[in-house]
Amino acid sequence: MDNSARASRADLAIGIGVTALAVVLGWQASVIPDNSAYAQVGPALFPWLIAAALFVLGVLLIIAALRGGWSHESEDAPDNMNWAALGWVSLGLLINVSAIEYIGFILASTAMFVLIARGFGSRTPIRDAAIGFSLALVAYVGFDRVLGYKIGSGIIESLI
Amino acid sequence: METLVANLYHGFGVALTLQNLGLCFLGCMIGTLIGVLPGVGPIATIAMLLPITFGLPPTGALIMLAGIYYGAQYGGSTTAILVNIPGEATAVVTCLDGHQMAKQGRAGTALGVAALGSFFAGTVATIFIAAMGEPLTKLAQLFGPAEYFSLMVMGLVFSTVLAQGSVYKAILMVLLGLLLSTIGTDLETGQERITLGIQNLSDGLDFTPLAMGIFGFAEILRNLDTPEARDVVRTAIGKLLPSWDEIKQATPAVLRGTFIGGLLGILPGNGAVLGPFASYTIEKKIAKDPSRFGKGAIEGVAGPESANNAGAQTAFIPLLTLGIPPNAVMALMVGAMTIHGIIPGPQVMTKNPDLFWGMIASMWIGNAMLVIINLPLIGMWVKLLKVPYRMMFPAILIFCCIGIYSVNNAMEDVLSCAFFTFVGYLLIKFGYEPAPMLLGFVLGKLMEEKFRQAMILSRGSFWTFVERPVSAVLLAIAVLLLIIAAMPSIRAKREEVFVE
Repeated sequence: MDNSARASRADLAIGIGVTALAVVLGWQASVIPDNSAYAQVGPALFPWLIAAALFVLGVLLIIAALRGGWSHESEDAPDNMNWAALGWVSLGLLINVSAIEYIGFILASTAMFVLIARGFGSRTPIRDAAIGFSLALVAYVGFDRVLGYKIGSGIIESLI
Repeated sequence: METLVANLYHGFGVALTLQNLGLCFLGCMIGTLIGVLPGVGPIATIAMLLPITFGLPPTGALIMLAGIYYGAQYGGSTTAILVNIPGEATAVVTCLDGHQMAKQGRAGTALGVAALGSFFAGTVATIFIAAMGEPLTKLAQLFGPAEYFSLMVMGLVFSTVLAQGSVYKAILMVLLGLLLSTIGTDLETGQERITLGIQNLSDGLDFTPLAMGIFGFAEILRNLDTPEARDVVRTAIGKLLPSWDEIKQATPAVLRGTFIGGLLGILPGNGAVLGPFASYTIEKKIAKDPSRFGKGAIEGVAGPESANNAGAQTAFIPLLTLGIPPNAVMALMVGAMTIHGIIPGPQVMTKNPDLFWGMIASMWIGNAMLVIINLPLIGMWVKLLKVPYRMMFPAILIFCCIGIYSVNNAMEDVLSCAFFTFVGYLLIKFGYEPAPMLLGFVLGKLMEEKFRQAMILSRGSFWTFVERPVSAVLLAIAVLLLIIAAMPSIRAKREEVFVE
């Protein structure tokens, strides 16, 4: 009982959210200046139609939620989120993106490999670094040298 | 007939160049790899590899992307048979009997029948696409904007009804996709729309960061929270080639599967996912002894596997002839084509014959390569299945990030990619399948264009969509489908099917 009550509350929130989105979209559509030859076919028409459809859907969702919920899947999402793992992976991606220009593809990828492996539960960073390094090296040689992509050169890349 | 042969000859001329052969092989290898790995699907992979293909000639790029797509169908069945996890969504049914066969020590036979059945289906589907290409393109030229619009509406309705999970959620996702497609400058009048006053939005949302974020990176993050549980069959693979008796048993199933899968694959709105289910149901119905199913019946592998591959190939038909993507993978293909300056539609065949026929020919070549990649090299994939996630995913990401660098030149794109990764992750976590959204996003622009053209032709009358008979029929089918899907009894049944 408790569970389904929670589910329908989440459903209600989504229904309200969709309706609100429709209103915002309707507002955005209403501020589009429309001076085309046929007013009905101007740039605002399609946004209006989508807004109307979203509004109808939103209202339907609210009604369904008040009647006891429409999504019967358990909304257990926030409980089993693995924030630490997510953090490691995000950090890995961020470092890769921001450092690739300065230290080159191979080192940036190695760093990313170690961090993401950590996120997925690895506890052997030195071994991971070795594996990541060799994979990145292969990828670099394959894509940059053989296929001719420019994927970011740096310290190691200038040596080979 | 003669032109068909000449066209195919032309196509093979294009597909058999060294570069295109290489790209086809690369696509098939990557496709098999991700098909084998549970957790990453073809949509994610193609999204991630999109930027890599920017540097390739358009034909080569599409040959490779197509290879990934049907390669994943082959790889998916390997995991289904050996691990009992569908490596790819359409391989779900293969688990039922395929894994049972593997447990009985007939893994090799199951793999062999799956691959050979798929190859047969792929061959038939390729010829079918080549033969249908011309007449369908001619038909497409008779379509006015109103018909196009109605066809796309029908496609979107199909895709929501066939999407996994709640219909409400799928409709919401489609609408969000359409909404996203209207952001930016209106092409006809130059008016800014739905930008909320944000300067960067005035050019509209870029396809690549959106696809990479929502479908690529978010998909990888999804695996963070799923515990790693794999139970690779320990018994020997056994002989790969089926015996004469088994061939006799499997052949009719393959023929039926190819037919059903190929037919359903043409449907706009991802009919291809239905193929394996339909094939399995039919095989079970007409079998002399239905109780064998679920206990390692060879028809239960042969039929669905053929259906699955035939559907994957014929799904290209709406894209190549009408320019309308039937599913999310094809929507990504549209993205890839647009980036290369090719507007999908009936004119592709006449304006870019190299691309059109080269791609079709490469499908057959790719299928032949896949039999070799999947059968003699099966040992390699089995070993790969034993690599733990904590090594697998970082490795996949290294290859994905090759693409990042090409977007990296613009900080905006990176930020937008990060934003959409976050959005995609949330959507997945709350059980919203993002695939219909991509379809909505890609179809949105096209729909609006056709809609406005139709309205201008009809001098602003909405009735044009029901007054024109073809358009009216298409819309009627869409409405009918929605009504059927909304009926409580069908809804319960639909949920049942997807749970299974």
